[in-house]
Amino acid sequence: MTTTDTRLESGTSDLYLSMYRDMVRSRVLSDRMFALNRQGRAAFAVTGQGHEAAQVGSAYALTAGADWVLPYYRDVGVLVALGMKPYDILLGLFAKAGDPTSGGRQMPCHWSWPEMRVVTRSSVIAANLPHAAGIAYASKLLGRGEVTIVYFGEGATSEGDFHEAVNFAAIHQLPVVFFCENNGYAISESQEKQMAILHVADRARGYGIEGQTVDGNDALTVLQTTRWVIEECRRGLGPKLIEAKTYRYAPHTSSDDDRRYRTRAELEEWTRKDPIDRLRNRLLADGVLTPDADGAIRAAAQREIDEAVEAAERAPDPPDDDAFRYVFAEDA
Amino acid sequence: MPEITYREAIRQALRYQLQNDERVFLMGEDIGAYGGSYAVTKGFLDEFGEHRVKDTPIAESVVVGAGIGAAMAGLKPMVELMTINFSLLAIDQIVNNASKLYYMSNGQINVPLVIRMAGGAGSQLGAQHSHSLESWYAHVPGIKVVVPSTPYDAKGLLMTAFDDENTVIFIEHTALYASKGEVPEDGYRVPFGKLQVFRPGADVTLIGYSGSLHQAFRAAERMAQEGIEAEVLNLRTLRPLDVDGILASVRKTHRAVVIEDDWKFGGFAGEIAAIIQEQAFDDLDAPVMRCSGSDVPMPYAAALEQAALPQEDGIISLAKRIVGGRA
Repeated sequence: MTTTDTRLESGTSDLYLSMYRDMVRSRVLSDRMFALNRQGRAAFAVTGQGHEAAQVGSAYALTAGADWVLPYYRDVGVLVALGMKPYDILLGLFAKAGDPTSGGRQMPCHWSWPEMRVVTRSSVIAANLPHAAGIAYASKLLGRGEVTIVYFGEGATSEGDFHEAVNFAAIHQLPVVFFCENNGYAISESQEKQMAILHVADRARGYGIEGQTVDGNDALTVLQTTRWVIEECRRGLGPKLIEAKTYRYAPHTSSDDDRRYRTRAELEEWTRKDPIDRLRNRLLADGVLTPDADGAIRAAAQREIDEAVEAAERAPDPPDDDAFRYVFAEDA
Repeated sequence: MPEITYREAIRQALRYQLQNDERVFLMGEDIGAYGGSYAVTKGFLDEFGEHRVKDTPIAESVVVGAGIGAAMAGLKPMVELMTINFSLLAIDQIVNNASKLYYMSNGQINVPLVIRMAGGAGSQLGAQHSHSLESWYAHVPGIKVVVPSTPYDAKGLLMTAFDDENTVIFIEHTALYASKGEVPEDGYRVPFGKLQVFRPGADVTLIGYSGSLHQAFRAAERMAQEGIEAEVLNLRTLRPLDVDGILASVRKTHRAVVIEDDWKFGGFAGEIAAIIQEQAFDDLDAPVMRCSGSDVPMPYAAALEQAALPQEDGIISLAKRIVGGRA
């Protein structure tokens, strides 16, 4: 496992502060989305508390708008880092007419955002890995320099589509990064029920590609590793697999009760490794962040999400006729 | 007009697309050096190169899934799945993804993908190579289902499939690849959702597509010798379906038999019968009949296979039963 122990690079403090801010915003937004479900104000929620370093760290390695991004439903941090406004994510949570990703047709957190080359995923696990391979094939065929990154949990690596997609990408040396957020659970099933190996990254060797396991709670390591991997892809050196080890603090979705399958002691242990705390302590220690500035960042995030919730909840619902639009492309 | 085979007609459409649209590429198992299991892409690898004629591993899900991705990224892929039976390994990609991404993305991301596969029976290929599952795909909103029965249709409909902004399931009948017909050399199109009156008649409507169209036509020719004039409809596409064309014929003949290779129970013939009785009940002089495949896995032995498939005698017997009851 790779960890970063170097001093912060000079001239990058703004970047790290920005990453930190997006991690905080992502956490506050995720907590709020879950709470809104529990209050009966949103039908469903799926969130990524605990994954912020993996999500924001990797997204900051992308060239936004040029590289293709296929997130999975837990990737609130990826979308926040790419610049999607919490208000827009909340319009999706409330299934409002103005939901820019689906107009209330898709489940929350299954984003489409063509300007940022974000493509909606299938709720069926791993089905978007073949899409990523196909997008990367198009990039290669058309001679474009962009890279595709596709996100998934370790649970997805049990699916046939994982095998088919990674194999296909490896055969054709496609510019695609397979980014696994390994939180140790596929809904209720712990990793040892899913695979007989310790590291998903070990699977890469079987396809003839490089795989790397990183500490997914260390945002700076994730950023560095993803940057390096993307650069390799851009140079035409073929696909790579990154496994970011992390943990989810919330249940799988609002429909899950995680107390049935994992102990509070385990959760507590991972809470002490919180990725946001970790980056904050690092930035405080290096003098990039002061306690006052940190307080301001957190207060601003709370205020932003409060205002966004209020506005999104009041936004108009889709008219019934919208159910019948966009079945076939010529219906537009 | 030159007379060519159904296979050659499909080849002409693919070659035309590869020559005229640089976004087009082909992908599938054995389509390169081998030339395709039904020899449709023979020689294309040499002519267009390996980037546009791509051999893939035996992995139907990624063949379709990567086709979806490439289509979303601005290419115009055609993927070949050998047979409709193998498409079941990609059915999540087709039914949960290709058909729904446009809708789920609020009309922002469409999937202009052509998926070719061979269907139909009669070639002694057993229970896992011989089925006609087109009704399963026609059941799904968001994808189009094309079932050519002649070389002319095969080329013209495939050309139209490449123009379409949606995913098109293009089902070729294994028993028709060597059949011949007149086909123009240019890049003409046959529109979707417009049936062809293959043979005019006033006494009964026989509705067929793909392989069953030819059985319907032969049955009609035999009945004509006995003074019964059957109108034969060639559906060309199951979705979109030319409902108006079907109803117009039924309003003239007042009787209909639907012929399909597919299983009868839950098959597409049942859908057509339901549409006719819903929308033209008062015009009917007899129940709509179905001449379908038997509800059994397809047997291998030639005689058993034919016993399980619809036959001309069966079509004629059903048609006479409802025509005999005319006032």
